[in-house]
Amino acid sequence: MTDTGGTSPPFGVYCHVPFCTHRCDYCAFATWTDRSHLIGDYMASCRQQARELAAGMPPVTSVFFGGGTPNLVQPSLLGDVLAELPLARGAEITVECNPDLVTPEQMQAYRALGVNRISLGVQSAVPHVLDALGRRHDPPMVAGAVDAVRLAGIGQLNLDLIYGSPAESLPDWERTLVEAVDLGPDHLSAYGLTPEPGTPLGDDPSRHPDEDEMADKYLLADERLAGAGYETYEISNWARPGAQCRHNLLYWQQGAYAGIGCAAHSHRDGRRFWSVRTPERFIAAISADASPVAGSEELGPDERRAEALQLALRTSDGVPADAVPDDVVHLLEPAGGGRLKLTARGRLLANEVAVRLGLPSEQ
Amino acid sequence: MAVRREGAPIRNFSIIAHIDHGKSTLSDRILELTGAVEERSMRAQYLDSMELERERGITIKAQNVRVGWRAHTLHLIDTPGHVDFGYEVSRSLAACEGVVLLVDAAQGIEAQTLANCYLALESDLTIVPVLNKIDLPAAEPDLYASEIERVLGIDSSEVLAISAKTGEGVEALLDAIIERIPPPDGDPHAPLQALIFDSHFDQYRGVVSSVRVMNGRLCAGDRLRFMHAGGLHLSEEVGLRLPAVTPTDALGPGEVGYLIAGIKDVAEARSGETVTSAAAPADVPLAGYDDPKPMVFCGLYPVEGDEYPDLREALAKLRLNDASVTFEPETSGALGFGFRCGFLGLLHMEIVRERLEREFGLSLIATAPSVAYRVRTDDDEEMQVDNPSDLPPAGQIAEIAEPMLTVSVLTPSTYTGAVMDLCQSRRGSMTSMDYLSPERVEIRYELPLAEVVTDFFDQLKSRTQGYASLDYDHAGYRAERLVRVDILLNSEPVDAFSAICHRDGAYPYGKAITAKLAELIPRQLFDVPIQAAIGGRIIARETVKAKRKDVLSKCYGGDITRKRKLLERQKEGKKRMKAIGRVEVPNEAFVSALRLDQ
Repeated sequence: MTDTGGTSPPFGVYCHVPFCTHRCDYCAFATWTDRSHLIGDYMASCRQQARELAAGMPPVTSVFFGGGTPNLVQPSLLGDVLAELPLARGAEITVECNPDLVTPEQMQAYRALGVNRISLGVQSAVPHVLDALGRRHDPPMVAGAVDAVRLAGIGQLNLDLIYGSPAESLPDWERTLVEAVDLGPDHLSAYGLTPEPGTPLGDDPSRHPDEDEMADKYLLADERLAGAGYETYEISNWARPGAQCRHNLLYWQQGAYAGIGCAAHSHRDGRRFWSVRTPERFIAAISADASPVAGSEELGPDERRAEALQLALRTSDGVPADAVPDDVVHLLEPAGGGRLKLTARGRLLANEVAVRLGLPSEQ
Repeated sequence: MAVRREGAPIRNFSIIAHIDHGKSTLSDRILELTGAVEERSMRAQYLDSMELERERGITIKAQNVRVGWRAHTLHLIDTPGHVDFGYEVSRSLAACEGVVLLVDAAQGIEAQTLANCYLALESDLTIVPVLNKIDLPAAEPDLYASEIERVLGIDSSEVLAISAKTGEGVEALLDAIIERIPPPDGDPHAPLQALIFDSHFDQYRGVVSSVRVMNGRLCAGDRLRFMHAGGLHLSEEVGLRLPAVTPTDALGPGEVGYLIAGIKDVAEARSGETVTSAAAPADVPLAGYDDPKPMVFCGLYPVEGDEYPDLREALAKLRLNDASVTFEPETSGALGFGFRCGFLGLLHMEIVRERLEREFGLSLIATAPSVAYRVRTDDDEEMQVDNPSDLPPAGQIAEIAEPMLTVSVLTPSTYTGAVMDLCQSRRGSMTSMDYLSPERVEIRYELPLAEVVTDFFDQLKSRTQGYASLDYDHAGYRAERLVRVDILLNSEPVDAFSAICHRDGAYPYGKAITAKLAELIPRQLFDVPIQAAIGGRIIARETVKAKRKDVLSKCYGGDITRKRKLLERQKEGKKRMKAIGRVEVPNEAFVSALRLDQ
């Protein structure tokens, strides 16, 4: 491990594992349920890409294995990628896990690899809501998965929740929140269900969430989680003090990160680029020694500043007060240091505020 | 090829027919039979040349053509085929000595055809009645011949039966035209009197007018006086339409042709104008000239504000060809810069708007159609108001009068109840009801024009399964209990939605438009009340509740780019909104809320 000395800026690595046993009805991301035969080649390609990129990387302060379902593949394959990276001391290493695939052995293997944070896709504690989302696991599996994480001695636990299905009543959502809090995670993410075009959910308007109900559910989540000692630090994320996800913060702080694998995004110094979408094309590019980059954009100084503001608006850091026009100022509250952050109601209208932000005067 | 028959006896006639009764097909057949147009160069419906006319199957601009038949010269003068163009029809008829009344043998005579027939009878024109489409299995020539006898007093034995489609009976019809319609009279040595019955603008030649010489001779190279417009113009070219344009040196009494006189604006050579010689002018113009007055008004605004100059140019160009359109600049708080435009009727309005969009590539918002009200204020001042925004405050109005119509509806008698219901609901009062036959009835109503310009015609058609036909005539003004309904968005009046309506219709109007706007206006960051008001009194209210959620939930795999682009798109979307006070209204909302066919 490399010692960052506490001074070098954070740098993250995202590794995309695009395999799933089952596709959830709302998922629009690059995932496949019929490509398990590619897993070996794919992970080997990820390892090779990690090796090639490592030379140009500063110390890595966070790694995030996301998906897809990263705990569908052998833990050692994730370990092979980790082994190539110049990890900083105390780096945050997260694996996103589907609860129904979690086993105590798997968690122990992760722990041995240095994984210190598990993110469980819980979504809901209510069976008929899980059905409506097209999820397969049963709520009791979640408790078992949490026990396995704890037993293995993995220190940080996040639970991902989804709210907004029309099948979910407000009491249903409340039950999910109560049960999630009862599991004692360090971190909670609550995402509003988003109908994406081309998904089974997106194509079925009868299952689209009602925006007003979503707002009620969001406000309920904020109230319940705050009452249980979780602080909101980003629109969809709450954490116990000190347990914020460093990797997640990188995105909102316009930080630098490298993407590994297909459909992964990278950001360095105002240049954003992303890899080819499918695992086949990714494997082909890496094995041909070609670049897997599918597209990129370079932001000018003003665009970068505007983007920084829009991203910071989502966090509890907030934005400089003079960037906020009068017609939306009622949606924000003081964040200290001449900055304003969104109130709970304001967070629900973050887009409306974001498109109205002006560039603040230079300090 | 038809040749010009110098000195051959002349017959001038029009075909009066309802839409779809086969006028264009008959015209085509006549051109073919007389050899004016060779079969292989025949384009179906040769005379309907404007694209829009061909599409809608109606004639808007009158055309004329000269053919030869059995040593006679026949001038076929086409008439516009819609109720909005009644004046134009009357001028076309003034160029004829007779008309062919063409009636579908499966449908019988229609209201507007009947009205035009009465017009022809009043002008002492000879009527040659013809039943068309006798080849159809549903044809009932005997039934409709006796209907013609009952309605027009023409002996049913004089009714010809033809099929314009197959050509059957068309030769006999041409013979009957020669036998029954009298030749024109006129003095070749008298001072020139030529009637213009149509003008259109040609971008190379300027205004080309259709003319019928009544007295004297119209010669190329003469200096001419246009007696109503007052202009002096040089006759650059006179000629015949065979139908190919064929210049000639002069037109004599009874002859029909065209005149080009270096005129740039059709308003200088309107239908009904009398052309005489500048050197030896006639004492008086021909009778029957009228200045066509716009009856229906609306504001036309470009959807994109920067197309305003293009709209101005397009209107100016269009007017070169259609002097009956009026326009003047107008500013709307809601819609920005546009024009207040006047039209002869609703169809005319739709045609103009469609032409502006189609021929000039503009995208337009039209405000609700209005009629011209006569307003007398408390201090006894009289004014005409065709824009609801211009109406003085209710407290200052002594009286408002609205234009009235006498409307005649011909319908199968089974729909009598449906037609009466419609007319009653539009504030109509019945003046008469006559049975043309046990199965068909003519119902006459007095109706406010404002009630007819909305969707009366569509309603009439749908309630009678398309069988009823309509004709109308203007019938002066009548004082009524009229009020202006204003629409307020977040307490700001939106001028584009104001309407003048009868007190009894104010509440339904207010309720309908507020409900519609509540659907069309997207949720804002605050509650938006949408109110309908008469003066200070609110009569209907809807609320667009404040938007509560507009946020992107997460980013997949660090994809910040997609998030930023979604926000950029949202920002772009705001530019396509018009701000009414603090409320952002999408342009589409204006278009949809103001659409006529709702």
